Amino acid sequence: MERRAFLKVTGIVGILAAGRAPAFAQGTKLHILRWVDFIPACDVELRKQAGEASKALGAEVQFEFINANDLQPRITAAIQSQSGPDIIHMLHNWPHLYENGLVDVSDVAEWQAKEQGGFYGQSEAYTKVGSRFMALPHGIVPGLTAYRKSWFNEVGVTTPPKTYDEYRQVGMRLKKKGHPIGQTLGHTFGDAPAWAYPLLWNFGGMETDKSGKTALDGKGAVEAVKFMTAFWKDACDEGGLAWDDTNNNRAFHAGEISATLNGASIYIAAKRAPDKIKDDKGEPLVRDIQHMRLPAGPAGSWSYHTAFAHGVMKYSKNQKLAKDFLKWLHGVGPYGRWFEVAEGFSIGSTKQWERHPLWNTIDEPMKGFKTAADNSRVIGFAGPPSAKATEVYSKYVIIDMFAKGVQGMKAEDAVKWAAGELKNIYG
Amino acid sequence: MKKPIAGGAGDAAGTVALPHPRTSGAKRPSAFLENERWLAAMLLAPTVLLLGLFIAYPFVMGVWLALSSTSVGNPGEFVGLKNFLKAWNDSIFRTAFYNTTYYTFWATVFKLTLGMYLALLLNRHFRGKRLVRASMLLPFIVPTVLSTFAWRWMFDPTFSVLNWLLYRTGFIVTKLPFLSDGDWGIWCAIVVNTWRGMPFFAITLLAGLQTINPDLHEAASLDGANGWKRFWHVTWPLLKPVTLVVVVFSVIQTFSDFQLIYVLTGGGPANATHLIATYAYQVGVATGLLGEGAAISLFMLPVLFIVVWLQLRYLRKLEGA
Repeated sequence: MERRAFLKVTGIVGILAAGRAPAFAQGTKLHILRWVDFIPACDVELRKQAGEASKALGAEVQFEFINANDLQPRITAAIQSQSGPDIIHMLHNWPHLYENGLVDVSDVAEWQAKEQGGFYGQSEAYTKVGSRFMALPHGIVPGLTAYRKSWFNEVGVTTPPKTYDEYRQVGMRLKKKGHPIGQTLGHTFGDAPAWAYPLLWNFGGMETDKSGKTALDGKGAVEAVKFMTAFWKDACDEGGLAWDDTNNNRAFHAGEISATLNGASIYIAAKRAPDKIKDDKGEPLVRDIQHMRLPAGPAGSWSYHTAFAHGVMKYSKNQKLAKDFLKWLHGVGPYGRWFEVAEGFSIGSTKQWERHPLWNTIDEPMKGFKTAADNSRVIGFAGPPSAKATEVYSKYVIIDMFAKGVQGMKAEDAVKWAAGELKNIYG
Repeated sequence: MKKPIAGGAGDAAGTVALPHPRTSGAKRPSAFLENERWLAAMLLAPTVLLLGLFIAYPFVMGVWLALSSTSVGNPGEFVGLKNFLKAWNDSIFRTAFYNTTYYTFWATVFKLTLGMYLALLLNRHFRGKRLVRASMLLPFIVPTVLSTFAWRWMFDPTFSVLNWLLYRTGFIVTKLPFLSDGDWGIWCAIVVNTWRGMPFFAITLLAGLQTINPDLHEAASLDGANGWKRFWHVTWPLLKPVTLVVVVFSVIQTFSDFQLIYVLTGGGPANATHLIATYAYQVGVATGLLGEGAAISLFMLPVLFIVVWLQLRYLRKLEGA
């Protein structure tokens, strides 16, 4: 069999088995743009894997990491100038927004779903535009509430609060003791929507109805804003209006707050630096951290977890190479090694990863992350996660609705304001 | 065979008729330079080319984008004034427009007042004058992004050194909400802008002060004018033209400010510090709605045009007087 035919038939597995690189032009470079991971070791692992992939694919694979809040401007600039990275990290439902600038990767997505047990609904909904996968799901960063066990115990709480009202009562007692809850309502990509969207849903509010028509102006949204306003005043660190995604991590590690909705990075960072991150008694802080799910509201207990994917750019001259690389990177071997380094901060986009041996040996406070993705809704709910929903997200309309409430605007007026913005966007 | 003289036209009789530079049919390259019109055009060409490439083209492109439905990856089509209407009906845009005017007005007032005061101080003779004048420029020299990051840390909602200092010295019992309250946020931005822009005012006004003949002050003193009267009747009238030019520049820069707000607050909390430029960026670049973003940014044009026109008109009147 000729080498080219062999590669075509056997794909990347064949490449690896044969130990030879495919016939990409000499000097070909593959440029991948990703966020700076909250677990720095994950980026180190990817850099390591870039070397392996370069050998396997016969082309130089290069990663570039930038702040997640700067990804969208880079994507716009790249698509408009028709130049830039070959593959770009996609968060949330961005593939819907950038559909025209992305390559259809349905073939690789179908392979991944088949090999790894099917995508979570959120990952599929965010990357599948119509009937085509416009990006390849990579992982999900679930958000659970990290809290200080000892401080919760001090106010008589030994089991996580089950409802938002219970959480508020606990928060009131904690704030009185100088340990407020910390939550951002700032203009930032991850923690703010992960808190604000579920709050809306769990009180029965929704951005659009199933047909995609705006449906925000209703009792559910008003009740959610009323709760938020009271919760903010009674239980929260009120500086959170200006926080980005890193502020709550720092505040938690410094002992300024008792609980915050976040990825597992607070726990993992504390675990990896026990000598530096300590509690008020000088003990490693990690021993005092536990995680809980968001409490339930009158309409349920839904969460919002940040889904990640890789999009191959339409302007790229290396589309075939990019797809081959993604097949390699998302393959069980390389992905498994990266997944282990993430230690539960990032979970898979397919269900197979719930059965990974990592979960058998992982620390008890991290166990909740294993199946966290099972209760996630998508932005734009109850309608589809369309490009319009991304516009709402990018303009922080839902987050600002709550922020206006806590700044003193009447709940009804805050909802009316947001509903007006949605109408302007959805038409 | 006779060799023709270079540049001339030989004839059969062997005489040489040198052509008149302006009447010859075949023009020499240097003939273009002797023509004033051509020379002027040639000298202006590089400037016109640069202006066309870096100012006219982006501007025309911006106007076209504003009139189209262009979004990221989608070339769009002509939609007339739809983007402008959408922006006008958008409450976030109206907030950003108000914030921009408020921010520009107060920042310019403070920069002018403090810049003038500083210039008057620096116009005096004292030891280390040069060093002080040079170091005064530091806020203006340091890249805006870097200095604004430093301010952001000072205003940090949790770890603000200013809060710490005020708390330790007993001035406050709870943290001041520097960036987490809308009103405080915009005033923090005005403070940072004033800190950064004041040296520009001070150094330019200082240059203006140094052109004023000291004899005028001396004469006014002999006539019994005190410090304030000397400033009001001698310094200020002579400094007015320079002041107006500085204010025009400052208004343009402040009204279109982007970096400072982007780094300091990102437009939050709840859009309370969004300026037209930051909101245009959020809509056009972050959200990918290039047409709408361009329309939002073009709203700056008429405002700045009117401000500049009024000030230049006043300046001309002063010169005429």
